[in-house]
Amino acid sequence: MRETFQVRDTILTVLVPKELDHHTAEEIRIGADRILERENIRCIRFDFRNTEFMDSSGIGVIMGRYKNIRLVGGRVSAAHVNGRVEKIMRMSGLLKFITVEQERSWETAGQKGGSYGAHE
Amino acid sequence: MERTNEMVLEFDSRSCNEGFARVAVAAFSTQLNPTLEEVADLKTAVSEAITNSIIHGYEQTVHKIRIECKIVCHDFYITVIDYGKGIEDVKKAMEPLFTTRPELERSGMGFAFMEAFMDEVVVVSKPGEGTQVHMKKTMGRPSHPFEE
Ligand SMILES: Nc1ncnc2c1ncn2[C@@H]1O[C@H](COP(=O)(O)OP(=O)(O)OP(=O)(O)O)[C@@H](O)[C@H]1O
Ligand SMILES: [Mg+2]
Repeated sequence: MRETFQVRDTILTVLVPKELDHHTAEEIRIGADRILERENIRCIRFDFRNTEFMDSSGIGVIMGRYKNIRLVGGRVSAAHVNGRVEKIMRMSGLLKFITVEQERSWETAGQKGGSYGAHE
Repeated sequence: MERTNEMVLEFDSRSCNEGFARVAVAAFSTQLNPTLEEVADLKTAVSEAITNSIIHGYEQTVHKIRIECKIVCHDFYITVIDYGKGIEDVKKAMEPLFTTRPELERSGMGFAFMEAFMDEVVVVSKPGEGTQVHMKKTMGRPSHPFEE
């Protein structure tokens, strides 16, 4: 099992759970902010490879982290975003603030974890 | 006789019940033979309404949330009810990006998603008495090729 929070250099990668709702967004918020307080993080990368569901609570937790890290000149990105999640992100205007790493889901299908982090 | 089927769900307004309620409603909807997209739309709308009851209606104290579902032919009707704080100005509350709780990282998108993903959304609310969100979505393909 991969950890929910992984720090490499100044990058915090958050492995987003299967369902990102009010309940799980709280856990992400608390965990991520604890790391942001202690470590020198310049980029938060939300990894959606396992995520099948997201609602407005997901928008809120990503925007909240964006506001925090922007204060130190950092940025936020999202990876392995499926069509549904991207639609929700687009409708909310979130895509004006974060970058989505372009990658087709079939390129990663069946090799979960294989190429993870290799390009970082 | 109309082909109808009804279901009622009542549970505590704890955030850990959000996933359960979404899945229960989605499972009930499968008898309409909906597309994956339609089920996803329904789940998102239900999740928004329940989250609102927990955060805004009950302000994170534990009380009951009631969900009433009804299927009539290809129409799915769902009402999410809380007996909480209520909404002063429903029209204003439903405007995209309007939120009364920015400090809780709310972004004012809940009603916008409900309206985008359901065919009808009607909110009935009274300050001090609670809120009812009535939604309707036509879903599923006719099971018989000559039907409709
Ligand atoms: N069940 C409810 N009881 C009381 N007030 C509510 C209820 N549902 C919504 N509201 C009010 O309507 C506003 C708008 O709701 P909406 O779901 O659109 O946005 P939000 O919940 O503030 O943010 P988001 O859904 O993006 O997290 C809320 O901020 C709140 O003031
Ligand atoms: Mg809401």
